[in-house]
Amino acid sequence: MSAVQEAVTGAPAIEAVPKRAMTLGAGTSLIVLALLIVVPFFVKNFIIFQLTMLLVYGLAVLALNILTGGSGQFSLGQSAFYAVGAYTSAILMEHAGMNYALTLPIAGFVCFLFGFLFGQPALRLSGVYLALATFALATAMPQILKLGYFEYWTGGVQGLVVTKPDAPDIVQSALRWFHLKMSQDMWFYYFTLAITIAIYILSVNLLRSRSGRAFMAIRDNEIAASAMGVNVALYKTLAFGVSAAITGIAGGLGAIAVQFVAPDGYTITLAISLFLGMVVGGVGWLPGSIVGSAFIIFVPNIAEGISKGLSGAVFGVILFLVIFLVPHGARQVAMVAQHLLGRLKKR
Amino acid sequence: MELFINQILSGIATGAIYACMALAVVMIYQAIDHLNFAQGEMAMFSTFISWQLMQWGFPYWGAFVLTLIFSFIGGIVIERVLFKPLAKAPILTNVAGFIALFAILNSSAGLIWDFTIKEYPTPFGSAPFLGSQLISTHQAGMIGVTVLLLIALYAFFRYTRVGLAMRAAASVPESARLVGINTSWMIALGWGMAAAIGSIAGMLIAPVVFLEPNMMVSILLYGFAAAVLGGLTSPFGAVIGGFLVGIIENLAGTYIPGVGNELKLPIALALIITVLVIKPAGLFGRPIVKRV
Repeated sequence: MSAVQEAVTGAPAIEAVPKRAMTLGAGTSLIVLALLIVVPFFVKNFIIFQLTMLLVYGLAVLALNILTGGSGQFSLGQSAFYAVGAYTSAILMEHAGMNYALTLPIAGFVCFLFGFLFGQPALRLSGVYLALATFALATAMPQILKLGYFEYWTGGVQGLVVTKPDAPDIVQSALRWFHLKMSQDMWFYYFTLAITIAIYILSVNLLRSRSGRAFMAIRDNEIAASAMGVNVALYKTLAFGVSAAITGIAGGLGAIAVQFVAPDGYTITLAISLFLGMVVGGVGWLPGSIVGSAFIIFVPNIAEGISKGLSGAVFGVILFLVIFLVPHGARQVAMVAQHLLGRLKKR
Repeated sequence: MELFINQILSGIATGAIYACMALAVVMIYQAIDHLNFAQGEMAMFSTFISWQLMQWGFPYWGAFVLTLIFSFIGGIVIERVLFKPLAKAPILTNVAGFIALFAILNSSAGLIWDFTIKEYPTPFGSAPFLGSQLISTHQAGMIGVTVLLLIALYAFFRYTRVGLAMRAAASVPESARLVGINTSWMIALGWGMAAAIGSIAGMLIAPVVFLEPNMMVSILLYGFAAAVLGGLTSPFGAVIGGFLVGIIENLAGTYIPGVGNELKLPIALALIITVLVIKPAGLFGRPIVKRV
């Protein structure tokens, strides 16, 4: 009896996020964008590399955010999609000699199919079951990549080395006019930045569109959504597909940035990091993705500097603090800050 | 033929461990409707405690009992401090909590005891069991301890007042509360028992997989597979599921080419997805009815 009632009246999987609260205002967006463009001129190559990874993980967190914040489905298996994207790019570049930029849409497409197909069984699962299935996927992925059958392409345990692209000749000759040179890291940073901005705009528009409204209707109340004519099965798998595609592109970019793919780089730890990034950034708040991504890149660096293996403990403790103190993550912090600023202006 | 029987027997032995993990998972699932992703790490941490006790000179069984008590109390403390306040929170928050616990335990075990692989003693020895070449005494011991544990648990839930109260609190919390059962503490008790059961699984499997912070991740996955196969709502099913998964794992590892010893995790994945798609309630679980 009680089980039946709970199923209907129980809280939804995640708390509803109003649509308007999902993005940043135009002014703030431009400031962030300007910062992202200008900063690389003033820092060392290693930091540029870290900034590239910031954008890459930002994309991956964004993808998870669309899935969870948008359509209310969980995934602890994003590392699997990330791995598939990374391997697709790496294999196409190293075995087929394809241009790196062309491998990304293919990686995205392969991951879209993979995510869409994985979404089919996941469709029947909700809440914990979905978390479980995706958890299993993430745990099994490194072993699947090590399988002897694929060793010719994947390089087995050793993985593959990926060459980092130079800046194209046009850019280089244009820069020569100003007596400037562009390093590989810097070129790839701007390349990643362009893709990130494009995907961010697409995602914002996706969530504002008819499909986005369908996602959110499913998130808030699946039964009501289906009664209103939303094709629940289609949109749920579609959300999985879109999320996987973006994660795959991020994976491809990540593989080129670190110039290496190996099965042990894509363990459950990565999936946990991405999940953590989403929670810290605020579930359903797209700009929070970059905050979450900064968190999962810089916090481990600091923690591992203090003691090896400390990063997991720090992650866990901060995750609990976020859950108990600021359940909406960076969004909540941003809202409070905005509120305070507003009061200051009035005075 | 002997290889076949051999594989089945050692499948039953590892299956005993999966049965323990699955039982621990199902106990918490019954109590709070959530899967505990940190169950494996809790077991791993307990196993390290017992190892440390033995390093300090405790005899095996002394350390065993102390670890059980420690795990029981630890499980209750974790529930009281961290998860009781989350009882009414959305699923996402709870999953995040479990993930956080997972990360904390895994990383602090590495910090305290280092990430190197350690040998773990077995109280049963590793000689052939009863002179037969089929299973070792440790494997026989694993099966024996699990069976004893299951009988004890069955008796607890069937014949004691507390056991009855726990079952009532899990199946109809409102009515249980009305007849005076403290359902909140029953959940804590469930956590404590699950932690203790998990620690038994950890201490039994440690001589086989060796002791290290990541030793339970794959075992937890098999525990999940077992729980799903048997049905997340049925402790009995979870145990049967555990033995079945152990046997399937061993047979697949032996007879399917390309699935070597190191590559068995995809089998657990395939098993979980197959069961969830074909029969989501599992073999012995009751289907979840939703009123629209």
